[in-house]
Formats: sequence, structure tokens, C-alpha cells
Amino acid sequence: MAKQYETVIGLEVHVELATKTKIFCGCSTAFGGEPNSHTCPVCTGMPGSLPVLNKQVLEYAIAVGLATNCDITRNGKFDRKNYFYPDNPQNYQISQLYLPICRNGYVEIETEEGGKKKIGIHEIHMEEDAGKLIHDEWEDATLVDYNRSGVPLIEIVSEPDMRSADEVIAYLDKLRLLIQYLGASDCKLQEGSMRADVNLSVREVGASEFGTRTEMKNLNSFKAIARAIEGEKARQIDLLESGEKVIQETRRWDDTKETSYAMRSKEDAQDYRYFPDPDLVPIVVSEEMIEKIREKQPEFRSEKMARYKEEFDIPDYDIDIITNTKRMADLFEETVALGAQPKKVSNWLMGETMRLLKEQSMDPEDIRFSPAHLAALIAMVDKKEINSSVAKTVFEKMFSEDIDPVKYVDEKGLKTVNDEGALRKTIEEVVANNPQAVEDYHNGKEKAIGALVGQTMKAMKGKADPAMVNQILKEIL
Amino acid sequence: MANVITDETIDYVGILAKLELSAEEKEQAKKDLVEMLDYIDQLGELDTTGVEPMSHVFPVHNVFREDVVTNGDDRDSILKNAPEEKDGMFLVPNTF
Amino acid sequence: MNILDYTAVELSAAIKKGEVTVVEATEAVLAQIEQKEAELNCYVTLDKEGALAQANDIQKKIDAGELTGPLAGVPVAIKDNMCTEGMLTTCSSKILGNFIPTYTSEAVINLQKAGAVILGKTNMDEFAMGSTTETSAFGATKNPWNTEHVPGGSSGGSAAAVAADECFYALGSDTGGSIRQPASYCGVVGMKPTYGTVSRYGLIAYGSSLDQIGPLAKDVTDCATILETIASHDFKDSTSVERDTDFTKALVDDVKGMKIGIPRSYFGDGLDADVKEKILAAAKVLEEKGAIVEEFDLDLVEYAIPTYYTIADAEASSNLERFDGVKYGFRAEDCDELHQMYKRSRSQGFGPEVKRRIMLGSFVLSSGYYDAYYLKALKVKALIKKSFDEAFAKYDMILGPCAPTTAPKLGASLSDPMKMYLGDIYTISVNLAGLPGISVPCGVDKNGLPIGLQLIGDCFNEKKLIQAAYSYEQARGKFSLSAKEGK
Repeated sequence: MAKQYETVIGLEVHVELATKTKIFCGCSTAFGGEPNSHTCPVCTGMPGSLPVLNKQVLEYAIAVGLATNCDITRNGKFDRKNYFYPDNPQNYQISQLYLPICRNGYVEIETEEGGKKKIGIHEIHMEEDAGKLIHDEWEDATLVDYNRSGVPLIEIVSEPDMRSADEVIAYLDKLRLLIQYLGASDCKLQEGSMRADVNLSVREVGASEFGTRTEMKNLNSFKAIARAIEGEKARQIDLLESGEKVIQETRRWDDTKETSYAMRSKEDAQDYRYFPDPDLVPIVVSEEMIEKIREKQPEFRSEKMARYKEEFDIPDYDIDIITNTKRMADLFEETVALGAQPKKVSNWLMGETMRLLKEQSMDPEDIRFSPAHLAALIAMVDKKEINSSVAKTVFEKMFSEDIDPVKYVDEKGLKTVNDEGALRKTIEEVVANNPQAVEDYHNGKEKAIGALVGQTMKAMKGKADPAMVNQILKEIL
Repeated sequence: MANVITDETIDYVGILAKLELSAEEKEQAKKDLVEMLDYIDQLGELDTTGVEPMSHVFPVHNVFREDVVTNGDDRDSILKNAPEEKDGMFLVPNTF
Repeated sequence: MNILDYTAVELSAAIKKGEVTVVEATEAVLAQIEQKEAELNCYVTLDKEGALAQANDIQKKIDAGELTGPLAGVPVAIKDNMCTEGMLTTCSSKILGNFIPTYTSEAVINLQKAGAVILGKTNMDEFAMGSTTETSAFGATKNPWNTEHVPGGSSGGSAAAVAADECFYALGSDTGGSIRQPASYCGVVGMKPTYGTVSRYGLIAYGSSLDQIGPLAKDVTDCATILETIASHDFKDSTSVERDTDFTKALVDDVKGMKIGIPRSYFGDGLDADVKEKILAAAKVLEEKGAIVEEFDLDLVEYAIPTYYTIADAEASSNLERFDGVKYGFRAEDCDELHQMYKRSRSQGFGPEVKRRIMLGSFVLSSGYYDAYYLKALKVKALIKKSFDEAFAKYDMILGPCAPTTAPKLGASLSDPMKMYLGDIYTISVNLAGLPGISVPCGVDKNGLPIGLQLIGDCFNEKKLIQAAYSYEQARGKFSLSAKEGK
């Protein structure tokens, strides 16, 4: 009988923190910008420059630690991780090896079977991001941009507690939600503000020892992570089945080829010579500091879901989707607070908003329209100032440009015509011009009335209330 | 304690430190390293059980910056000393 | 009076009185440089035009009453490991041979605010690694007292420039004695302040936990005045501390009741007889002025050197990784592969002593050796600090020599690095414990080479040292090369 294997997975998740400035200097962390325009002597490793810790980085790291049930290290420090690479301007990365800021935490995920499972968090440490390398085909050379160098990261190291790609994705989603709710990061995998390295080994079911693990890098979507896990699992099982050994190494996942390859070179000794950074002083975290951060912790998703059920008359399905991102939940609550009916707000978010996000491959984080504008739009529909199809058109405009819907409707003359006399006149003309449809209707073809409504709406340039049109039509006919 | 530093050790440290030594320099480096390590080994005479390693002499801690942007676009001065640059970036041999 | 005979403080006073102009002072010192430099090689970079332009500007500000400080208008030389905007900063290394910083180190900014005329950058041991200034990529500096001898190091260019009147004062840096020892060899006053007193921002690091900038000066008054000017609590340096900096208040001729300890082990076999005699004579002077001088046993003296070289070299191996040919400095030609470029640039760019220390430093941090070497050294450092704490519980200061001998001959030290390291015995424990130390000339040996008296204080107790050194200086009388030459 064929051997049964179990996959053992641990994750190293890097999250770029949402600070305004870099971890050790006053340069902006804004994404984009001309190459090397957000740099200074500190984040480009100029001689004589010195790092000074951004307090907000520490506070975010502690906040994430508290949200993931970690112990907060009271006496911490930074260490240097030494390795040569051009994206690392000092040729050492300031990180934390010996005393990471958080340890021994966990998050709970829901398993496929509907149960709950704790995924242990070994540690969370603070460190600096590297710059970006760009391949120059023309020169056959590499170009270095240090804008990202020194952007603050936390690295969340899990215990090897996951057993499948589904669990990995549930865990990542859980982390994403917690961190987004904290406002500590936008956690966008595509833009690299959340990155996961997968440590994976296989062993025979029932074995007590772990197998030799590999580390896979370059995974920038949930789908890539799932494919990489399947691919690496198969590769390792193949090796074991054919009597070979898995080598402990770092591998780079190529998602287009759906294969991984080893990153080792002889110049890469993987001996980082960590030692305490003498340029930075120890971090002492007081009880008071922790309490202050704890007090500022937001309402997390599960709490929010429970409260929504209590407060708002919307379906569980809607609650699930809306609370799935902090951005959506905030938008929902703020719009409702402005007086809009919860179910109607939910409808706009669940329907049009989700549709447009999907169409334009956008993230809820990228939503531009304000709650005030959404509330105003809903109010206009409520007051029958515009009909629902006009509302959809206005919403699309709001979605792309965050226009003020009231002003827009006004300027474009999109208000519903509620003048019954004018409407009746138009309908009479339509009836006169469409004898066939009228005849069909009288012959029992109820549907024929639809064509007449359509013609009327067309003549009114969409600015009529369809219910009113229907009513008048029936009267005339 | 006599330290043994082999050719492999020198090659390995050379990879870590990114130094390429000539055969003659390697021999010298072996000799120097052994001499220094033998000398440093006298620290082993001291009982340091229970002693906290001292990185910083003073109990200074929690030196922070506020999260406020203080640097503008410093790109021209950052690139001023670049051995080779292109398109506002540092140019190095191909890493891809 | 010859302008060059003024101390820095005297010169500034004379300028304010209108007896000398800043330009005259600058021209006088430039003429002296012109005359002496070919022989001594104190400077790596000299900025004649810039100095004269600054002199004009500063004179105007003094006339307008905008600059009133005690160093306004005085020409200064800066060790070449402190970044100076627009001026070459090489660390006396080929790897930084073309590096022009776009920022200025905080200590130099403090001097500029006080109206200093920056003359140029002084020669040093490459990356401050050495005790003779012979490891410079730009040739050795010679001792002005006898040009067959070294000026000491690593701040040898700064010390020699002060001694030879090629500047009125200079900044140096001290990681293991690099200010005090060349001050001793060149017969000038040099002080290493308590760690954290002077910002390290812009100082190109050697051993970050040990490096401190300090003055090299003609006398103790200048020394205290310079230190008061450059000391600042700098938010750009996390290790910078907030403390008292009114050092000139301690320029008081009074040592009555001061308790001075002399470690017995400092006067053992390795110490030159002339040096021993002059140091003990200096102690006698202080005793006669009312200080209580006692011998005592300072523990762990012999362990300071191995501890120091482990820690300093480990930090240096990491600090010097940034010199890689990517962002600035020297890049080896015709490299088509990244690691080849790193290796060639660094191997061609660094000199032998620097490479030796990088190799040792990388080794002691490498996998499998960290605990045995680096961590052990940090523990011994804690013990050394404790041993000083015990000494300072009993004494206001410790008195001893700066170096076992006077300045050795050129070429005598390089052949045996270990011997050179052993010469640091009296200075390096001060850096390990973060303490202040001052070197004051206390005579010459039989060959006419200067000897430095070292006073070591507890952390933040610079004022005690300054007061004792000032009192000693009052009793000793004038001591300088030009005085000796009878000019």
C-alpha cells in the first residue's frame, strides 16, 4: 500500500506597517514616487549615518502582538543581520533575533470541517525592508532604488501548525483582518505590503519527527501560495518515494511555470552573524505603554459581527461580506450613522460596490467614495428624486471620481420628472405611435406593456419613475 | 587552547566578509587569526557565569522619533557619489 | 606676539579685541602648513580657498556681534573620519578616496555654529585602525618632535597638526585611545569624553559602542572649551545623552582633597623607565598641591585588550560592510558579476590592517563562535566596568600613563600587529567602560620625545579631570614644541 503523507507548514509573514515615515529615518513611506526620491543618508547606508527608532513602529508591533495573544517582550533590542546584497544598503539589515518584541501567541482559524484550530505564533519581530532591484535589459545590469529601503516591517513567524493550503489561507486571512482592523497595515499581497514565505516539510502520517523543510519565497497571491504548497508537497513526496533526501534550502516559486527552484549560491553562506546593534539602545516596554495600546485596540471582526446582528436588520451573509474588510465595515457604519437605512447601505456595498471592485480588480482598501456621498445618493432614491437606474449611473461616477451625487444630478438634470401632466402627455404620444404594442396588450400579451414603458423612459431620457409610468399607462390603455 | 584555522576557514570568512585574498595574504591571515584567537582565549580564564553580556554601558533606553516626515527629496545628493548610475538609480552588475 | 603662539581661546579673544583678524590668523596657519606639510603630512585634504572664504565671513559675523563664543574665528583641523559636506572625507582609505559627503557630522556643525574656520581634514590610520597613523592609504604622518618617529594614532594627523602649529586645535576620535595616545606622543592635550557626550552622527564608525569624538588642543583651557562647544544631545544619535556640558567651569586651580588612585599594575614590566619616572613625578606634583594620591589594585587590566579587539573588530566587520562599491567610494573595474565586484572592490580598497580586523571580526561573529568569543567578550566587558565602578567608589580619578613608551620609530610597529595592540593597554579599558580620559603632557624622555599623563574619571565626571589637569598644568608651566624650539 502506498505511504500516506502529511504536510507540515509554518509561515513567515512580512507586513509593511502603515507608518508615515520609515523605521529609522524621517523619509516618507509613500508607495511609488521617482526612484530614490524618498531616501536620505540613513536609509541608503551613507557612512556616519545613524538610525533612530520610529515610535509608531513599536506601537503597531505591540498592537499586533496583543491582537494575536502574544507575550510582549519587556526588554527588547535590535540586532544586525549581516549579508551582502545591493538592495540592503548597509549590507546588514536591522532586525530582531535575540529579543523579538512579541512571542508565544496564537490566532484561531476556522477549519473546513467547521471546527476551530489554534495556529501558534512563535514570534513577531520588527525590521527594515530592503530596496528594490530592477533589471535593466539594455545594460544587462541591475538598478537599485532605495525608496522602500527602511520601510518598517513586522515579521510574524508561526509555529509549524498548518497541515494544508486551506489552513494556510485561513491563517493569512485571519492575520490580514486583524492587522487591517488595527490600521497597522493595508496588507495588500499584490503590492507586497503583506508577503508570505512558506516553510514546508512532509512526513509519513503518524510520524513524530518533522521532515526536512524548505523555505519558499516570492508568493504574492493566495492562489500562488496554494499552488506553491501543492507543488512543493508533491516535489518532496517524489524525492522521498524515490529514496532521495529533501535538502534544507530556500527556494523561489515561479508561479507562471508552477515550479520552484533553489536559490543557493556558493557566495551565500547563510551565516548572518547576528549581534546587537550598538547604534540603537534597548527598548523597555512598560505596563502603562501596553495598557495604552490595549485601550486603543479596535472592535475586531467577530465582535463587530455579533454587534451587527444585534443592531442592524441585515442578513448574516451581508454581515460576513461587509466585515471581511475594515474598509467596508467602516464605510457601512459611517453611512448608516448619517441616517441611511442599513439594509439599503448594505445593498449598495454588496451589489454595485462589489461588482465594480471585481470588474476593476480593485481592493476594498482602494474605495474612494465617501460615506456622505453614499448616504446622499440613498436619500435621493428614498425621496424618489432619482430612479434606481439613474442612481446606478450616478454611483458609477461616484465610485470612479467620488463626485457629490446631489450636485451631479442637479448639473446633469437627472432628476425624475414628477410632473404628472407632462408625463401623461409623453405617454399619450408613445401610445399613439405604437399601435402594434397597444393591440398586443389588448390581445392579452401583458408583456407588451414593457415595450411601452421602455419607449416612455427613452422619451423621458430615463428621468421618470417607472412605477408612475406603469400606472398612467394602464389608466390610458 | 591552540586554535586551528584551516584554508577552508579563511575561504569561508572571506565569503562572509567579501574579501578576496591572495595565496600569500591567506597564509598571513591564517597566522594572524590563530595568534589573535590564542590571545583572546585567555578570556576563558575568567568565570563569567551569571554575568549579563554588556552591549551598552549606560542604562539609556527608549530613544524614539515621532512618526513625522522630515526629509524631502534628497535624490540628487544621494546619487552624487554613485560609482555608476542610470535613471536615478544605482547601477550594479546583473543580479537576475 | 607670533599669531601661532596663541592658544585657541587666546586667539579668539585677540580677534574680538581687534588685535588679529580671522584672515590673518588663517593666513598665518596656512603659511605654517605650507612650510611644514611636506615633511609632516598631517593633512589628507587642505581647503585653503574655503578656509579664507570662511575667515572673511566669520570676521564679518564677529564684527556684527553675531559670533561671540570663545572659539569664534579660530582655524581648526578635522580628522578625516568626520563627514564634511562638500569636502572629501576618506578615512585615509582608498575605498573612500573619492567620497564627498552631502552632510556634515554633528560635532563639526557645532564648531561651525561657534565660528570655526575649517582648514581641512587630517590624516589617520585607515578607518581609525592603528596606533601610528602608518596604516593610512595616503602615507604616514611624522611626529613633529622628531620626524623619524610616528605621531601615534589613529588621530595622528590631528595631534601632529596641533603640535606643529598647523592648526590651533583639532578634532579626533577615540575608540581605544586614538585621541589620548597621539596627544601623548605629540605633546598636546587630548580628551576622550564619556560615551554619548559628543554626537557620533556623521562620524564614520569603527567600533560604534566605543567611538567618541574629542578635542586635541594646546592646553587644558582650550580642551575644555572645545569639548563644551562640540558636546550636544543629538536626536540623530540614539546613544547621545543629555548631560551637563559646562566644562569650562572646572578650569580651577585646586586639587585639595581630590582622591587619586594609581593602579599598581599600570607600572609593571612593560612600562618604559623614563615614562614611569615622569608620570610618578606628575603624581607627586598633584599630591604636593593637596591631592590624596594612593596606589591600589585595579582588576582585570590584562583582559581589556582581548576584550577590546573582539568587540571592536566584530562591530567594525559589520560597520565596514557598507563599503561595497555600490553607492559611493571605490569600485573595482571590469567586474561583470556582483560578488566579484564586492570582493575586488573591498580587497583593493582596504589596506592590510583593516582586512585583518574585518577577518577577525567576521570570524568571532560567525556561526559556532559567537558565544565563545563575542558574547564572552561582552561579559568580560561587564566585569571590567564593574572593576572601574569599584575603583571610582574610592577615588575621584585614576592616574597613569597613556602609553607604555614614547613614540616609536616609523616602521617599527607595523611588522608585529600584536605588539602594536599591546601598546593600547592603558587606554582601551576606558573605551570599554565608556569613561572619560584626558592626556596632558608631563615631560619628555631622554630622546626628547613627549610623555602624556593620563587621568581617567568616572562616567560624566569630565569636570574633575579638567580641574586636576588644569591644576597640574598650572604647576608644570608652558609645554609645547614651539616653546622647546625657543620660538
